[in-house]
Amino acid sequence: MKLTGAEIIWECLQKEGVDVVFGYPGGAILPTYDAMTKYPKIHHVLVRHEQGATHMADGYARASGKVGVAIATSGPGATNMVTGIATAMMDSSPIVCITGQVGSKAIGTDAFQETDVTGVTLPVTKHNYLVTKPGDIARAIREAFYIAKSGRPGPVLVDITKDAQQLTAEFDWEAAAPRLPGYRPSYHAPASEYARAAELINSAQRPLILAGQGILKSGTTAEVLKLAKAANIPITTTLLGIGAIPASSEFNLGMMGMHGEAWVNQAIQQADLLIALGMRFDDRVTGNLKTYAVNAKKIHVDIDPTEINKNVPVDVALIGDLREVLALIQPQVKKAEHPEWWATINVNRGDSSVRDIKNLPDSGHLYAAHVINDIWRLTQNRDTIVVTDVGQHQMWEAQYFHHDKPRSLITSGGLGTMGFALPAAIGAKFACPKKDVWVIVGDGGFQMTSCELATAEQEGIKVNVAIINNAFLGMVRQWQEFFYDKRYAATPMTGPNFVKLAEAYRLTGLLCDKRSEVKSTVEKTLAAKGTVVIDFVVEKEDTVFPMVPAGAALDAMIRRPKQDVMLESGSDKDWEMPSSALPNVFAEAKAEAAALNGHAKSKKPSAKTARPAARKAAKTARR
Amino acid sequence: MAKHTLIAYVEDVPGVLNRIASLFRRRNFNIDSLTVGRTEQPGVSRMTVVVDATDAGARIVEANLYKLVNVLRVDDLTDKSALMRELGLIKVKVTPQNRIEVLQLVDVFRAHVVDVDESTVVIEVSGAPEKIGKLETVLRPYGIVETVRTGAVAMARGKELISSAPPLVRTEVGHEHDSGVSMSV
Repeated sequence: MKLTGAEIIWECLQKEGVDVVFGYPGGAILPTYDAMTKYPKIHHVLVRHEQGATHMADGYARASGKVGVAIATSGPGATNMVTGIATAMMDSSPIVCITGQVGSKAIGTDAFQETDVTGVTLPVTKHNYLVTKPGDIARAIREAFYIAKSGRPGPVLVDITKDAQQLTAEFDWEAAAPRLPGYRPSYHAPASEYARAAELINSAQRPLILAGQGILKSGTTAEVLKLAKAANIPITTTLLGIGAIPASSEFNLGMMGMHGEAWVNQAIQQADLLIALGMRFDDRVTGNLKTYAVNAKKIHVDIDPTEINKNVPVDVALIGDLREVLALIQPQVKKAEHPEWWATINVNRGDSSVRDIKNLPDSGHLYAAHVINDIWRLTQNRDTIVVTDVGQHQMWEAQYFHHDKPRSLITSGGLGTMGFALPAAIGAKFACPKKDVWVIVGDGGFQMTSCELATAEQEGIKVNVAIINNAFLGMVRQWQEFFYDKRYAATPMTGPNFVKLAEAYRLTGLLCDKRSEVKSTVEKTLAAKGTVVIDFVVEKEDTVFPMVPAGAALDAMIRRPKQDVMLESGSDKDWEMPSSALPNVFAEAKAEAAALNGHAKSKKPSAKTARPAARKAAKTARR
Repeated sequence: MAKHTLIAYVEDVPGVLNRIASLFRRRNFNIDSLTVGRTEQPGVSRMTVVVDATDAGARIVEANLYKLVNVLRVDDLTDKSALMRELGLIKVKVTPQNRIEVLQLVDVFRAHVVDVDESTVVIEVSGAPEKIGKLETVLRPYGIVETVRTGAVAMARGKELISSAPPLVRTEVGHEHDSGVSMSV
């Protein structure tokens, strides 16, 4: 069957089972858009910015487990996609991006809207293709889908020249089967490694499972719980692993890492065996590597061999698909109870939970944590996907929204892409139209991609956007508060009237600035027909606790403030510095800066000792 | 840190060198030298990469090379009995007085003179990279005008089997898909 390259693209997408694509037309991709009209089974969502298209494809992929597809034109269209592609790369999300390219004869001539897109995206894609002949399109797209979803998933980009889209070629789906002799999506660890792993598990006194996103990708929640049950092993999740283990499970301690609960990080530091399942020891999870879980042996299960020993040297590496690994290891694990280990964890936990903000009564202030916790309580009996952006609200969501189902939290973890939430939520809604999709987003991140409200409106879909509006770039402000002596450089931020903005897009806008109104606001939102934007005006200078300062040991965290202080006033907190010195990275940076400026021998007392006192003084002054 | 010699067989497709170079840049690996050439098999190129790395670091380099879709196989020759060869051209200033001296050095190094004029000679030398470095050192006093080196190429000696071991010693490669022609060597 002779078809144009453009038609071949759509034939391939259809054969790959694609039902929706997110895109934005332009000169070099026009032949493909022209052919689209012949393929009505595939729904095209017109985005407002190509970054939105990639985030939507990403959100679609994360919510459904299928491959998300984004389309853009050459040059600026393609470069606008880079942030979304990098986001998908860092979080191993399977998306395929199709971009138009200038005619093959014009490549290299700096033609209008020409960019070396395969060159630009090379480091942020799992693989990419430049296709200059219509006969090569089918194979490139088939391989792209295969690579994107197999092994450790990731983004693949196919750049197709305009003439390749226009010219015709024989379309033969079977002949275009992937030919990838060098591609190894998965490995199988030898039996001896399993024996060593089982031996470590069976002899451990204080084992701990670190549950990562790999569990979601492989769909092995039940298998991991079975392993935990067999030897009564506590589980902690990474940010992207949230939902992989139900929050309500007795084994699930909560999230680990920089803003993980204190008892979780203490458990990691005290454990004698870490069983890492589909996680990659990110620096936000480990804190200072030199002091990370020094007493623990480590078993690392990952499908990607390059993750082994990358950050944390491990004792046993089981490289392979988690489902296969768990099936092989399970029979070798002996029953155990570890009562002392659980008692230790529970002692630590008891101490921490009294500081929990959600146990506090209404003090007249609206805290982001309250908003998020209330949304969770009010939507518990509904099937909800929450998509968060990046920053303080993201961490509060991870702490106070309790996810019981896999793929119910979608967030940009690895790259930390602000502006991710709204478009990703639109993608998630297309993947799961029957579920409620909530966006929890800061006022900063929302303004990065708020144009996609128009997409939601045009498509007539309903996403519930909860803007946690503190008129600050909150997480950056928090770092400035802690580590830069409260010099709030470029973090105070104004925004539009979000209610009117929503109305300008012909959507519903709601305002909520009192905790007593959260319930009615959420109810109104759930009852409304289309997309709703809620402006939750919260405490301005609220802080995410606990926090492990970057570079510090995992259990040297800044703890939550005492209850009574919290009750008095939201913005006048008395947080505790860890007893150990702050990470010296800041002191070193300061010394370096001083040396560069030529006054290295300033007679100021050392930054380390002076800081807490200075901060107290500053606080008093502000009062 | 030590020098590790890795042999990578790659598909001969556009951009593959860029992918490898980008990988090294991105992961902050230190390349000592990198050479590419054709192999006995059409469509397959062979790269010899010498990196400065610890043993663990070399394993990570190897694993990352394997992760590239176009890389067919990687072998680490560091601990194997292997031949390492490099070609160098060195243009040296000579005078009628010291020309004989230089030619004697050339003989000692079993190098050849490939071009002579009244004030220079061009010496072609091949051998282990250290040997070429050594010749450069002894010629420096005469005044080196220009040097060019190809970078090392390497091959395992004799029947030494090039292992098909995957990136981490303790794993076996899975053959998820068997469609298409196998191009592995």
